[in-house]
Amino acid sequence: MLLTIPVLLGLTVLVFAIGRLLPGDPVALAAGPNATPAEIAAYAREFGLDRPVWVQYTSYLTGLLGGNFGVSIFTRRPVIEDLIAYTPATLELVFAAMALAVLIGIPAGLAAAVYRDRWPDYLSRVAALGAISMPRFFLGLLLQLAFAMWLGWLPLGGRFPLTDDPPRLVTGFLTVDALIAQDLSAFWTACRHLAMPAIAMSLSPLATIMRMMRASTLEVMQQDYVMTERALGLSQRLIVTKYVARNAISATLTVIGLYFGWLLGGTVLVETIFDWPGLGLYATKAVVTQDFMPVIGVTLIIGTLFVCANLVVDVLYGVINPKVRTE
Amino acid sequence: MTEPPLLDIRDLHLSMTSFDGEAHVLAGVNLSVRRNEVWGVVGETGCGKSLTGLSISRLVPSPPARYLGGEILFDGRDLLSLDEAGMRNLRGHRIGMIFQDPTTNLNPAFRIGEQLVDVALAADRRNPDILGVAARAGWRTRRRAARDVAVRTLAEVGITDAAERIDAYPHEFSGGMRQRVLIAMALIGRPDLLIADEPTTALDVSVQSQILALLAGMVRDHAMGVILITHNLGVVAKACSHVAVMYAGVIVESGPVAALLRKPSHPYTRALMASIPTSGVRRGELKGLPGQVPNLIKPPRGCRFAPRCAQAAEACRAGPPQPVDLGGGHMAACLKPGPAAEAA
Repeated sequence: MLLTIPVLLGLTVLVFAIGRLLPGDPVALAAGPNATPAEIAAYAREFGLDRPVWVQYTSYLTGLLGGNFGVSIFTRRPVIEDLIAYTPATLELVFAAMALAVLIGIPAGLAAAVYRDRWPDYLSRVAALGAISMPRFFLGLLLQLAFAMWLGWLPLGGRFPLTDDPPRLVTGFLTVDALIAQDLSAFWTACRHLAMPAIAMSLSPLATIMRMMRASTLEVMQQDYVMTERALGLSQRLIVTKYVARNAISATLTVIGLYFGWLLGGTVLVETIFDWPGLGLYATKAVVTQDFMPVIGVTLIIGTLFVCANLVVDVLYGVINPKVRTE
Repeated sequence: MTEPPLLDIRDLHLSMTSFDGEAHVLAGVNLSVRRNEVWGVVGETGCGKSLTGLSISRLVPSPPARYLGGEILFDGRDLLSLDEAGMRNLRGHRIGMIFQDPTTNLNPAFRIGEQLVDVALAADRRNPDILGVAARAGWRTRRRAARDVAVRTLAEVGITDAAERIDAYPHEFSGGMRQRVLIAMALIGRPDLLIADEPTTALDVSVQSQILALLAGMVRDHAMGVILITHNLGVVAKACSHVAVMYAGVIVESGPVAALLRKPSHPYTRALMASIPTSGVRRGELKGLPGQVPNLIKPPRGCRFAPRCAQAAEACRAGPPQPVDLGGGHMAACLKPGPAAEAA
């Protein structure tokens, strides 16, 4: 856990350096096409960008300690405010995608192992191969074409209709907030918006979780204790869903943790396609204009969330495997 | 001979398919076990003793296994004709099993109580006496009753503070204690037949004798029939009433322990007994049996022991020898049984 701090510090150095090394002049870009050199210099001075890089870096770090993530040179808004607004949207999307992947992937993997070399196994193998090979953005486009354009069942993009009032902000997760406000129609609207991007993001982790779960289930089924459980008259269903599943999940858990981080970083394309107002869309806009403060802010937030996800996985290991707990 | 045997294996043949071909791993096994009898099945690794035990519970994966012939009569019913559901009705509740390694045979992710309770509940579905609660009793009542039975069974196999230890995980027990837990799991359904596959091999010598004494007590109290699979003749002498010696998929000699150990009549049994080191033997004087176990994909046509047997004659290589009764249930599958030939 203590390793988190140097890791995040390293991230700031890296992103700071990359931001300054890239060609192009973000200040000139932000100041506008008609700005004179004097105006650009004044603009730079306003944001402290005329100072040496290391001075900028140390002042950024001292700001971070007070929760100040700097200011966007484009919108002049404090980055922290944007992060607070966009992070829940991304998290909601990632959680939804992860929930789909886990809730479908784990039972499907178990089933594929139990019905090894029979149709559920073949079906899952073909589906997994397809899901892994299909790029997320392409899948997203296909989904939009099918469900929004042709069938018209789901909205093309966005998180909530601009014309409607969203539920009162509590957690920042629209689905959860709608439930808190006991507004079922808002909940339904939020879910309909969430569906396609979540499916597009979930397919690749779903396929991997399913394959991992299948492999580890097959391995666990070879264990002596499964033979003992059978020899003592437990039903196949009880053995698989209770005794085998818990042992097999612990190997799959690692993949789930890693995928969580991968999804956080991978929201960029999906959020862009579905116009989902999250960190990915925000970071894309900032990168295009070389607006470094938002980029560093997004990097730090995603890095922190990734570390937290792995911490949760470590704790879950202990829940599932009693041996880890005592060690 | 009034009561019919609990288990009667008749001329059981089993083959296993491997990459190299089909191995004829059980070639006519005959074994019958009555209540209160403890049968030791001895033989070297790969002789088919574990497969015989697993066959009774129908736990040999098929494929690669294939039963070529014979029957396994349990209470008069042929187990080879039962389907998986029919077998499940017997496992745990009529036929109990204990395996060799207590560290790998308990599920590491669950409290031992959880595993015991599930076995008790499964057995209770076939014999409602086990929990002694009404058939209509709710899930909660049944689980609580199962837990009480589990605590009692744990105490019975010698686990102190059973009421607290029941909530421990397998890794919190020592090897001997884990084997006791496995014995409790095998006994909780009150089986009539207990198959113990090398139950003491993974344990210290001192713990071994404790476990053997425990098993002996259980057999007495529950009037079970027991098959104790081992490669240790010392264990047989200590714990068994009868013994069957297996070699290359055949029972070469069987009978009451006292008679068989006093008068070993098959050359393989004699070789096995001669190879036991005794305290008087000097260094370098351990006796081994020359030669190797035959390849079961192309087994010898006659007696499977003939290639290693000092007394083998032409007749021995012609066809498999039939068991000969030497009196008092002592059988040997040999054309020249008896210790007389030992001098040769």
